[in-house]
Amino acid sequence: MTQLALVIDLNVCVGCHACVTSCKQWNTSGQAGPLFDDNPYGQDPTGTFFNRVQTFEVGEFPCTETIHFPKSCLHCEDAPCVPVCPTGASYKRAEDGIVLVDYDKCIGCKYCSWACPYGAREFDENQKVMKKCTLCVDRIYDTTIPPERRKPACVLACPTSARLFGDVHDPESEVSIAIREGGGYPLMPEWGTKPANHYLPRRKTKLRIHEDELVRADNPLRKEDIRHETGKDVTLDDWLM
Amino acid sequence: MNPAFSVIVLTTLIGVGQGLFLALFSSQAFTIVKVLPTQPNGYYALGGAIALCFLGGGLVASFFHLGHPERAWRAATRWRTSWLSREVIALPAVMGLVFLYAIVNGFGLEADLYGWNIPGQVALTVGTLGVAATLTLFLCTGMIYGAIKFLQEWATPLTVVNYFLLGSASGFTFAAAYASFMAPNVVKFYAGWAITLTILAFFTRAAALFRNARIKRVATVQTAIGVRHAKVQQRSMGFMGGSYNTREYFHGRTVLFLKSVKWIFLVLVFLVPVALLWTGLPEGRPALLVAAFLAQYVGLLFERWFFFAQASHPQNLYYQFVG
Repeated sequence: MTQLALVIDLNVCVGCHACVTSCKQWNTSGQAGPLFDDNPYGQDPTGTFFNRVQTFEVGEFPCTETIHFPKSCLHCEDAPCVPVCPTGASYKRAEDGIVLVDYDKCIGCKYCSWACPYGAREFDENQKVMKKCTLCVDRIYDTTIPPERRKPACVLACPTSARLFGDVHDPESEVSIAIREGGGYPLMPEWGTKPANHYLPRRKTKLRIHEDELVRADNPLRKEDIRHETGKDVTLDDWLM
Repeated sequence: MNPAFSVIVLTTLIGVGQGLFLALFSSQAFTIVKVLPTQPNGYYALGGAIALCFLGGGLVASFFHLGHPERAWRAATRWRTSWLSREVIALPAVMGLVFLYAIVNGFGLEADLYGWNIPGQVALTVGTLGVAATLTLFLCTGMIYGAIKFLQEWATPLTVVNYFLLGSASGFTFAAAYASFMAPNVVKFYAGWAITLTILAFFTRAAALFRNARIKRVATVQTAIGVRHAKVQQRSMGFMGGSYNTREYFHGRTVLFLKSVKWIFLVLVFLVPVALLWTGLPEGRPALLVAAFLAQYVGLLFERWFFFAQASHPQNLYYQFVG
């Protein structure tokens, strides 16, 4: 079975929000109608977004690290938002594992969003239906777009290629290899939702060098070991050497 | 969670309606076996009609929670997996059976269904089906909340037990007030059960409060972003003007406010009604019994508000700091 998903590399994400704006642009211009935007240029702008970039601080000053953390629907393999939907508007596609909302069936009861521990669903206050990331389902299968552009808008927009897109059930796909070799992990695994999206951790390149690698124990130059201060007095060593 | 008024009104009103029906039917069942004095048929018919009004009021309130009420019929389709869908079926089923119950009693429909040679067999049959439907509805309503494992305050059998006991208690209290006008000789039966159910509900609700004060959170900010470090803090949630995530899941009240609501509902739902019912019980004084019901209903509004507000959703881990 195919399970399309995103792999997000936290080691490269710079927190520029390009994925947020490109997502909004693509999904507000599609067939499903514009995404809710209230007071977009006013004091307290609010609206529906499928993707957010958040920032976390790890550690305590001065030993801190900033982590930019993009968050969208994780397209869980055991999606808890799907069975709770009373109308069947919320569903998981069998062919590619994308979790979608049928906006024509949604009654706007918001129950599915209660059943999502990640806060991935956002209500559209204009259309009065629940909305969420579609993995750009209206883009990735569009044959009028060149094949290399048939990816979610956020993936294409990322300037650091922090976002990978592919089938996580295919062990040889780019995303599967990235998860396997880069230590990819799911969010909140304790809930048992089996998120399809994975995150790659921050990585530091470090080389561990032991002291005896710098100055070998059997180093022939040891005779001239300058670490020891050579005294003017005659020592036992002078007789032995 | 940010409590929605429509859901508070829905759950409290149908609770009274279901409890009132249980009260009416149980007293009628006792009259058939001659434990309680017989009442005129109109008494059950009018009581059933009032229960129907409570249930209907709840149904109307539920529509205010929906973005698309005109599509509400679709909500009956996923009963295999969704407790909400099951409730959408159970509520009209209860309403239909309570309606039938009122009709059967109102027109005095009789038939010797089981060959027992006693009156009231049709009412007994319809009523028994109604009780089954009512209990199912209590289960569905409770499980809507109890089945979401992410909301740990709700994910306990106590949720279902409390919906059942609180609804039944308020219904029996209403029945006591109703009977004080219509059938003074059964007031003691209703008031006695109302006190019993209210005290039982006090213990189970207190147990839920006790449990919820000691919840060990499953998810932490560490697992939320997958970084193992003792100190992880959000610095920005990614936007400043708020979103659905900040409006739906944060009530924005102080701890003191929450605490005061808790004490208000503990007094209004349990203490005041039990005192009033106890005082009103010997003489069946209508004013006291009506006051008992009103206090309990208002208290239940507070109780339900607190029920929602107390639940902390794990998505809140991602929305801690505006930035």
